[in-house]
Amino acid sequence: MMLLAVLSGFLVTALVPLLNRLAGSYIGWVLALVPALLAAYFASLVPEVSNGGRLLLEYPWMPGLNISLDFLVDGLSLVFALLISGIGVFILIYAGAYLKGHKDLGRFYVILLSFMASMLGLVLADNLITFFVFWELTSITSYLLIGFHHEDADARKFALQGLFVTAGGGLALLAGLILLGTITGEYSFSGLLESGTLISQHPYYTAALVCILIGAFTKSAQWPFHFWLPNAMAAPTPVSAYLHSATMVKAGVYLLARLNEPMGDTLLWSGTLMAFGTMTMITGAYLAYSNTGIKKLLAYSTVMALGTLTLLIGVGTELALTAFVCFLVAHSLYKGALFMLAGALDHATGTKDITRMGGLRHSMPLTAAITGLATLSLAGLPPLFGFVAKELLLEALLQSPLWSAGLLMATLFSAMLVVAVAGLLVIKPFFGATVKMPKQPHEAPMAMLAGPAVLALLALIFGVAPALPASLILDAAISASVGSPVATKLALWHGINVPLMLSAASLVVGAVLVHQWPKLQPRLHRLNSTMARRGPEAGYFGFMQGLAQFASWQTRRLQNGVLGTYLLILVLVTFGLTGYTLLFRYDIDLAFDLADSYFYEWGIALLVVAATVFACITQSRLASVASVGVLGFGVALTFIHFSAPDLGITQLLVETLTVILLVLVLFKLPPFVNLSTPWERYRDLAVAVFAGSVMALLMLAVLDVRYFESISTFFIENSYALAQGRNIVNVILVDFRQLDTLGEIFVLGLAAIGVYSMLKLRAEDQQKP
Amino acid sequence: MRTSTLILQTAALAIMPLQLMFSAFLLLRGHNEPGGGFIGGLVAASAFVLYAFTFGADSTRKLLRAKPQDLLAAGLLLGLASTIPALIAGQPMLTAHWWQLPLPGEGYLKLSTVLIFDIGVYLAVLGTLMTFVIGLMEVEQ
Repeated sequence: MMLLAVLSGFLVTALVPLLNRLAGSYIGWVLALVPALLAAYFASLVPEVSNGGRLLLEYPWMPGLNISLDFLVDGLSLVFALLISGIGVFILIYAGAYLKGHKDLGRFYVILLSFMASMLGLVLADNLITFFVFWELTSITSYLLIGFHHEDADARKFALQGLFVTAGGGLALLAGLILLGTITGEYSFSGLLESGTLISQHPYYTAALVCILIGAFTKSAQWPFHFWLPNAMAAPTPVSAYLHSATMVKAGVYLLARLNEPMGDTLLWSGTLMAFGTMTMITGAYLAYSNTGIKKLLAYSTVMALGTLTLLIGVGTELALTAFVCFLVAHSLYKGALFMLAGALDHATGTKDITRMGGLRHSMPLTAAITGLATLSLAGLPPLFGFVAKELLLEALLQSPLWSAGLLMATLFSAMLVVAVAGLLVIKPFFGATVKMPKQPHEAPMAMLAGPAVLALLALIFGVAPALPASLILDAAISASVGSPVATKLALWHGINVPLMLSAASLVVGAVLVHQWPKLQPRLHRLNSTMARRGPEAGYFGFMQGLAQFASWQTRRLQNGVLGTYLLILVLVTFGLTGYTLLFRYDIDLAFDLADSYFYEWGIALLVVAATVFACITQSRLASVASVGVLGFGVALTFIHFSAPDLGITQLLVETLTVILLVLVLFKLPPFVNLSTPWERYRDLAVAVFAGSVMALLMLAVLDVRYFESISTFFIENSYALAQGRNIVNVILVDFRQLDTLGEIFVLGLAAIGVYSMLKLRAEDQQKP
Repeated sequence: MRTSTLILQTAALAIMPLQLMFSAFLLLRGHNEPGGGFIGGLVAASAFVLYAFTFGADSTRKLLRAKPQDLLAAGLLLGLASTIPALIAGQPMLTAHWWQLPLPGEGYLKLSTVLIFDIGVYLAVLGTLMTFVIGLMEVEQ
């Protein structure tokens, strides 16, 4: 059942093209049934874990490699699964309206559903390798989603940026996961959770930690990798709303929360998370305040939220993890709603710039009301769930065992900025004088408002009665990340205490910041543009450019199109290494007996040698080809002489056809000229003689040693008994070693395709020498 | 390329059918005597190459009927198809299967996945070489 649930997103994609034709503009509503059913299924699992229980559902996949499709259901993974499927319902409905009539709507749903399934797999996977597979699947599908408007160069560029950053981090993550597996011998989260302090005391701990953190930080857009997230706003709005509220960017945070118990509790872990979290939080809040694009604003406030979440995991106390889970849920609810509303605004007005909107409360009253509710949660005002989360956050930082004062100040600073951002989001578009906008504004359609309305109302309900979600699932999630059962007492009103005072202070300063915004914003924006030249994003582009330059340099050097150079390098490396091993690691017995050789053996040998020498020194291409043919026939004679008729016949036929092919090619070649200097020719001669001598020595050495008993006796004895054939060579080809032959005929096919494409699809600059 | 002499043309018409028959003979007897799909394919290819040298690429295409690439693809598919019986029987991949069909009279016909595979090799080799040769000859024109 669980397997079906996780994979259903992938399975349903097969039906999307058909549904797209049948359901028409209702496709969003139809497909939303999938996440709705999933959400119902996950909700039915809630009672199993609500008292801190853990469910391990096992499905074997590749038992030989210790890779399974086991799923770990506990409070933490179930909260994520519920968010992914729950918000997914509204995103699918919303996308149907937002991208109405788009020619690639079907493809969009295929990718979006695949993304949802990958995300579910990621949060539910128990096996580390399976987890990694789903992790990479989310990177790939999100790449396709961000670059959905692929005719747009910017969309392509930023989609690629997101992919490089997250997939690059994914490689580090894989290394980290393997290290964890090596340390504990368990390639599963459930195994890691049982490992106690084994990991944090292991010599590999630091290496594993660094690798895992790089993976998690790139995915969750922590500073200095935060730049890909706002750039990913090139995606259609439903994608942004989905990826940046509950899914993609939360994957890194999920991993950190998941590993907090087995890996946390060290200064290295908490210090690093706190430092990077705080840095990300401040950067995000500041950049959100200094931007005017509504999606950019929301994107940077997402960066800020991700920083806060990382910081809270770093603090790591029970209270901090309570705040973590509450903040996570609160953020998913309001950010999902706000992104969808931003899309509705964009849709209705034709602009994304909040300075160019105004007075929309008259034309879009419903949108205005829902936005107001959602931003209250963003600003952390009562009675919304954002307030509960913010109080917990401040309380947790007050009680932080480490750097309490500094963290608190940084958080207050970013809280002020976020309050200001929240104010701007409501005041700029909806109040003030009506401005002329690119489109005549109108109320957004129902499909685009349903999602935000439900999410904002949830934020309200959770705020008024925080005990309701807590007793159902949040307590279980907190217990899962703490590692022991926790019973929280969430409440909207804690009395007048320090966090409340701090909250109030942030509101006052935030209000001032809103007021000063028209003056401050342009200056900050100019400052940002100057700083961006030295920022992490400039580093990214510098690195990519350097990579491209290095690639073209090494292509010019190594793949310069001169066949002779390729051969020289190949022969030198192969025979150099072989020769080294042969001469220095091994004693060759050079004594061999020529007494029992016959005169015709000498004849064949002479013929072969003469043909070789003649092929090298002749000035005529045709003569050279012919003498290579003679060489081949000499070899064929040798085969026949040593009673291998099959090989002999094959060799003869191949030689004949090779000569024919060479002659055909010869007609295409330009006239024979000497392009090489004498020095180069002597160098090539030396290399050739060296390779030949090593080969000869190798042959002698092979005759001399026998590490294993020869397999020929087995073939001779069993050829007829097992394979019903008397021709051993053929039995080996088509039975004993059939897989090799199968591979070889596919290589033949590849060679034919290669030659065919070279002949038929010649590059335009084919005329150049 | 169509400057072939009368002698070559006459000889090719006489030799080529012999070569093709010989290639089939090599293919079928390969399991017990020297021969097999690879050698058979090479002989068949040299027959068609002889024909191509005498009468040109276009007439060779007509004679082959199928595109050389399709022959190659058919060969690869046959090679893969020979793994299906083992798959159905749940045995390790490429386990050989043998069937004996009684013929009228005394004898019986021995068929096997190995034979199917060998025919696949035969077609793959023939297809590859004809892709090379016909491709090269058409470039010259």
